[in-house]
Amino acid sequence: MAVPKRKMSRSNTRSRRANWKTTATVLTTCPQCKAPTQPHVACPSCGTYKGRHYDAAERTEHQG
Amino acid sequence: MPTPTKGPRLGGGPAHERLILANLATSLFENDSITTTEAKAKRLRPLAERLITFAKRGDLHARRRVMTVVRDKGVVHRLFTEIAPDMAERPGGYTRITKIGARKGDNAPMAVIELVREPIAKKATVKEAEAATKRAAKDAKKAEKPAKDEEVVEVEVEQTEATEAAEAAAELPQGAVAANEDGSSPDDAYTVKGNMNSMKYHEPDGQWFEQTVAEVWFQSAEDAEAAGFTKAGA
Repeated sequence: MAVPKRKMSRSNTRSRRANWKTTATVLTTCPQCKAPTQPHVACPSCGTYKGRHYDAAERTEHQG
Repeated sequence: MPTPTKGPRLGGGPAHERLILANLATSLFENDSITTTEAKAKRLRPLAERLITFAKRGDLHARRRVMTVVRDKGVVHRLFTEIAPDMAERPGGYTRITKIGARKGDNAPMAVIELVREPIAKKATVKEAEAATKRAAKDAKKAEKPAKDEEVVEVEVEQTEATEAAEAAAELPQGAVAANEDGSSPDDAYTVKGNMNSMKYHEPDGQWFEQTVAEVWFQSAEDAEAAGFTKAGA
């Protein structure tokens, strides 16, 4: 099995990890309740999508 | 080489995958709408639509083909006698997947997959044509009115803009008429709906026109804009 020949320096490790980035979630405004929502997803605050209502979409107190 | 199945593999093996999909299809036809993960919903859609096509055919052979997937006779009966007649006019697209955000716990993207059982909506082109004929009728009516009348309206509109800037809540904007009690237009000439709460107006071919309950009605989009209303969705 191939194994590393040398210990990887802290500097190399950290410069590799420095490139792990996160991106902000794209948000739009719900046309029904004006709350911020993700595009193409039913609104988590009022549960509507394109004029239809989905109970399962509404965020409960157990969810974040 | 056979074409691989589209979408992610489910379960621990081919037999497990078949069972998962069969159970999902059974639940879907039993309850009309189920909440599941996006991946499962996307795998279920082609299977469920194929089964509905069999149900629309409706003969014994088709029923036996469906019974190989959905093993519950009661559910198959419901599919053939209740669901299939609703789908008779629909040329495919029997199911609808709506994403509903991630599940707590494993953050899996969830979706609602449902049977589209409502009657088919009129085609957009038909709606457009109807709106065009309405507009033509309205223009003809306008032309009949003397030009002098319009000038007076314009002056009044300017005044309203000034007063609106001072106090936002004007009782009834110029160029508008109050709606009937059921929200319908008091006059055929008034075809643009106005919402006093949101200060937006809806033209007859607008996306939200049907669902909006109008408080006031305008003769045209220009009148509504002059009264301080903005176009919905703009």
